Amino acid sequence: MADPVKSRKHWLEHPATQNFLIPILAVILSFGVGAIFILIVGQNPFQVYSVLFSQTLGTSYGVGQLLFKTTPLIFAGLSVAICFKAGLFNIGAEGQLQLGAFMTALVGMYTVGVPAFLEIPLLILAGMVGGGIWGFIPGYLKAKTGAHEVINTIMLNFIAAALVSFFVTNLFNVPATVHTPDIAPTGRIPRFDTIFSSFSGSPVNFSILIAVLAAFAVWYYVDKTRYGYELRVAGLNSKAAEYSGISVSKNIILSMTIGGAIAGLVGTNYVMGYKYYFEEGFSTGTGFMGIAVALLGNNNPFGVILAALLFGMLEYGGLVINTMVPKELVSILQAIVIIFVISSNKIFRKIVVNFLKKRTLRVND
Amino acid sequence: MISQIFSLAFLAQTIRITVPYSLASLGGVYSERGGVVNIALEGIILNGAFCATVGTYYTGSPWFGLLCGIAGGLLVAAIHAAISIHVKADQIISGIALNLFAVGITKFVLEILFQSSSNSPRIAGLPYIKLGFIKDQPDVAHLLGNPLVLLTVLIVVASHFIIFKTRFGLRLRSVGENPEAADTVGINVTSYRYYGVLISGVLAGLAGAWLAFDQHSFTDGMSAGRGYIALAAMIVGKWNPLGAAAACLLFGFAESLQIQLQGGTLPTQFIQMIPYLATIVVLAGFIGKSVAPGADGIPYEKEK
Repeated sequence: MADPVKSRKHWLEHPATQNFLIPILAVILSFGVGAIFILIVGQNPFQVYSVLFSQTLGTSYGVGQLLFKTTPLIFAGLSVAICFKAGLFNIGAEGQLQLGAFMTALVGMYTVGVPAFLEIPLLILAGMVGGGIWGFIPGYLKAKTGAHEVINTIMLNFIAAALVSFFVTNLFNVPATVHTPDIAPTGRIPRFDTIFSSFSGSPVNFSILIAVLAAFAVWYYVDKTRYGYELRVAGLNSKAAEYSGISVSKNIILSMTIGGAIAGLVGTNYVMGYKYYFEEGFSTGTGFMGIAVALLGNNNPFGVILAALLFGMLEYGGLVINTMVPKELVSILQAIVIIFVISSNKIFRKIVVNFLKKRTLRVND
Repeated sequence: MISQIFSLAFLAQTIRITVPYSLASLGGVYSERGGVVNIALEGIILNGAFCATVGTYYTGSPWFGLLCGIAGGLLVAAIHAAISIHVKADQIISGIALNLFAVGITKFVLEILFQSSSNSPRIAGLPYIKLGFIKDQPDVAHLLGNPLVLLTVLIVVASHFIIFKTRFGLRLRSVGENPEAADTVGINVTSYRYYGVLISGVLAGLAGAWLAFDQHSFTDGMSAGRGYIALAAMIVGKWNPLGAAAACLLFGFAESLQIQLQGGTLPTQFIQMIPYLATIVVLAGFIGKSVAPGADGIPYEKEK
């Protein structure tokens, strides 16, 4: 007799359910573990968490800070996500965004007098070129020599850091500082508070719209175009791709370059929208956080936006709760979220399979 | 300049830098020879340094602190092993998450114990063996007489022997190269992979303890990328203990040269790049290709 339970997929087995359920469970669980740490310090977890949420989401200043922290995380998350889709692991977003942001500042400081409608696209492009080059290198090395992109991107992160450090201590800096001169005023992206006064004091700016646009662009490219299809096939099964005439090495180089270019857009937020110059050490691990964001967002561009919002909230939230609990609680939470996501992907599926198996047996009895 | 380089102080500086690199790098060799990629080395070093500091501070005994450092390293390694081997989750992401976790947890506890988010109080260093032949440079004598220096040399040589000449080493390599075949002849893949990762915890934990004793305190993020340099050295050394140690010595030499030449002709940033550039060059196969163990990073799924 045909098994009615087996023939129809249980809702728990649907990938869509799991894609939503796992990240949410992971976040809830990590807050639970975080509560233990809060208790150890002798504070009330409910109180700490309520401050965390109310001070970040409850005031427009808090929302502004949160969004400001979210923007670079969206870029970094998209960069990692698109490479994931192509079966590549881009740990190099940190280096790519360093180079990209530096290029934005470099071109910006030499193009004083260019009108805004040219200057802004030019600086955006400069960032993409800088990041793109830094993504191209590991992509090319992987495609041509098989060298693993994980190791190469890690190494390139350090090389990028040393390179921009050299530039902003020796060549392109304002004397006695580690930052470049200001970019052309026409290259500035306006802050929210120039239009909405309630955001006053917070550096959030319209580069977040570029981030959202980038998410749409990635979604369209990956899901709706032929190139995106090839990229996904190459990522899922390189042998099948080669048999059907898709060049895997071309797709490796292309996706790493695109990933790098997206990471390079981080400069729109910091250089064009906030400080108006590039400064050594401006990014505190945004590229690495991008991995967590992509993972939590399940490599879906819109998932990336949601995950970046959560991580942006946590990053600003750490400062809010610092008087009650050491702000490093937030790094611990972020790390635990990542661990739960990668573990529950495996564990959750196993539990679901076992659960359904037992139920099937019961039904058959 | 030549006389500067071949001075005893320069030698001491090179050794000081090379010791933690070598210990962590050997840890990487054990872990990856067994088939588990260990990017968590950075976090293991950091937690090792922290636990060694705390242990020494509260007991006054650096030897006890050393044990705490090893335990701290083991703890992070054990989590990495459980996630990688048992849960079979992505080893690279696990490593990155644990590095983040180590940064967070060490600062968190630092703040609770010492009310500072940046550094611990001063701790004692390891007692050293008195070397009669160095009289005029006490710093150099202390360093060269440090028991961990001798221990590191012993571990390097012993590791070569263990990995290539013993049954344990053969089995460890077999589970990293071809776990299916190893399983078929009755080798317990899970156990051997655990051994590899846990040994890396001990060694990188020792590396952390070295840093703490060398500096006589813990400062936040004091591993400062050493775990990644250790990984680089492991690759440049082609996953061999002697090769990895030689690469560490080379990196240590370059770094102390950089310190010696500060403000000199070559910008320090370019010397900083050497380990990373060397790794990329070697991986690409421009100078003798470096190939990872066959099943490195791939969880073993036993067929049912």
